[in-house]
Amino acid sequence: MHDLRDLHDVKVPFGPQHPALKEPESFLISLRGEKITSMSVRLGYNHRGIEKACEERTYVQDVYLLERICGICSHSHSTCFVQAVEEIAGLRVPERALYIRSLIGELERIHSHLLWLGVAGHEVGFDTLLMYAWRDREVVMDILVKLTGNRVNYGINTIGGVRRDITADQIQEVLEAVRALEEKTKYYIQVATEEVTFVKRMSGVGVLLPEDAVRLGAVGPTARASGVDRDIRRDDPYAAYARIPFKVPTSTHNDVYGRAVVRLSELMESYQMIRKILKDLPEGPLTVRAPRKVPAGESLSRYEAPRGEDVHYVKSNGTEKPERVKVRAPTLANIQAVSRMLEDRYLADLPIVIAAIDPCFSCTDRLIGVKQEARRKKDTMSWEEVRVSGIRWYRERGIDFSSLNKELERWLG
Amino acid sequence: MKKTRVGKMAACVLRHVFKKPATTRYPFVKSSSPKAFRGKIVFYPEKCVGCKMCMRDCPSGAIEIAQTGEKQFEATFDLSKCIYCAQCVDSCLKKALEFSGEFELARLDRRQCIVTFRAPHQKTP
Ligand code: SF4
Ligand code: SF4
Repeated sequence: MHDLRDLHDVKVPFGPQHPALKEPESFLISLRGEKITSMSVRLGYNHRGIEKACEERTYVQDVYLLERICGICSHSHSTCFVQAVEEIAGLRVPERALYIRSLIGELERIHSHLLWLGVAGHEVGFDTLLMYAWRDREVVMDILVKLTGNRVNYGINTIGGVRRDITADQIQEVLEAVRALEEKTKYYIQVATEEVTFVKRMSGVGVLLPEDAVRLGAVGPTARASGVDRDIRRDDPYAAYARIPFKVPTSTHNDVYGRAVVRLSELMESYQMIRKILKDLPEGPLTVRAPRKVPAGESLSRYEAPRGEDVHYVKSNGTEKPERVKVRAPTLANIQAVSRMLEDRYLADLPIVIAAIDPCFSCTDRLIGVKQEARRKKDTMSWEEVRVSGIRWYRERGIDFSSLNKELERWLG
Repeated sequence: MKKTRVGKMAACVLRHVFKKPATTRYPFVKSSSPKAFRGKIVFYPEKCVGCKMCMRDCPSGAIEIAQTGEKQFEATFDLSKCIYCAQCVDSCLKKALEFSGEFELARLDRRQCIVTFRAPHQKTP
């Protein structure tokens, strides 16, 4: 018999391209036998340079650009940004617009959490749940396209208000959809809490103790499932949330099961909130006039996205374009906790534990520029330099693609 | 602890054996987009005054307004660049732009993604 203590750690690179990952991300896992001893995360494979691009575009254009940080919490990012700009410009957004923002925000939360439920089902081999959850998610997607004009990247926000009104017919439609979804969600809560394979696979997996959640700065459902009672909608109300009563579901399970319970309970809260929003929807204009040039100033805006707290920082300099935009997407706050959750756990738990924070790696991606002060060397490369250095790198290792390239060119004519 | 059991969804799955599929038969059956859907942008040359506000606000640089004659303008859209945000529609004070429900815009050739709207009499023969 082998003694496990005699085994050396084996380092396994997981990603950046891996069939089990939906987005490119790199995890370096140290394994002892089947158990993970440590794990490190490396970002940077999905960098799109959005923050920098914002500085070269006007505020109006940035709303659409920032909305495209994430396909799932697009409304979160655009609202977070316009809130910051509105604060700097001192705009008083009309009540009706604030209510519509909250409405779309909650609809977005519903579609995101239903999506997550399906993904979680898939990661634990319960694909039936995936199929049914995603089928029912279509109900809310249809509502979103009818209200905003698109299934994702709704484009409802503009600086100073919202771009589209909601009619009495639409209100009826939303209420009907909410009723249907509520029934479905009740059923999924039953499934998630009573289906023995699901409960057993989720319980005790990916444990994050409350003190670790606070120490590692976890946010959103990940933190709330560890009993950390934090929700920006309640703690620092924006849009219409100060006028809508709601509960913040938490759980003390501290594991993946807890995260599922929290998200499902949040769905039930969202339905209740949407009813309240539609009942109280005030009359009035949709926008206030926003200046093209935003006065100099800075602002930090927070938003409770489906995945947790989203933070945007905007600095303006009196021109049409912002001087700096900084985004902290919720996954960036949660990703540190994943390593902790997986310490001393089985490798097989990795996919569901990563999925349980509902990660969005392209939102999270950051680039760190390292200045080599001592060598005074240029630390950036142009596209051409990258290409040339790539070719050289392979040649040095005896791999030459030039003949293959010629062949390809001949082929393509 | 709640009572748990195996096969909680089995009844639901079995019931669906006798139901219609939840998916639609697109593209064999035409699918329509809702009224609010932001699809391909349409340009009305007779309303345009050439202020170019649309060009200025377009996040992706997909529109080009060019003067072709006295008070005559044509618009060129790059459908592969357009993100269908309809900001140009909002920015145009003359209502010369409108979004349509057209969404089947994928083309194999990039050049086919460039569409130009001209005033009717200007159409090249
Ligand atoms: S904003 Fe309207 S009127 Fe002005 S150039 Fe564009 S289409 Fe023409
Ligand atoms: S819909 Fe948006 S991206 Fe397309 S042309 Fe208009 S402003 Fe530009």
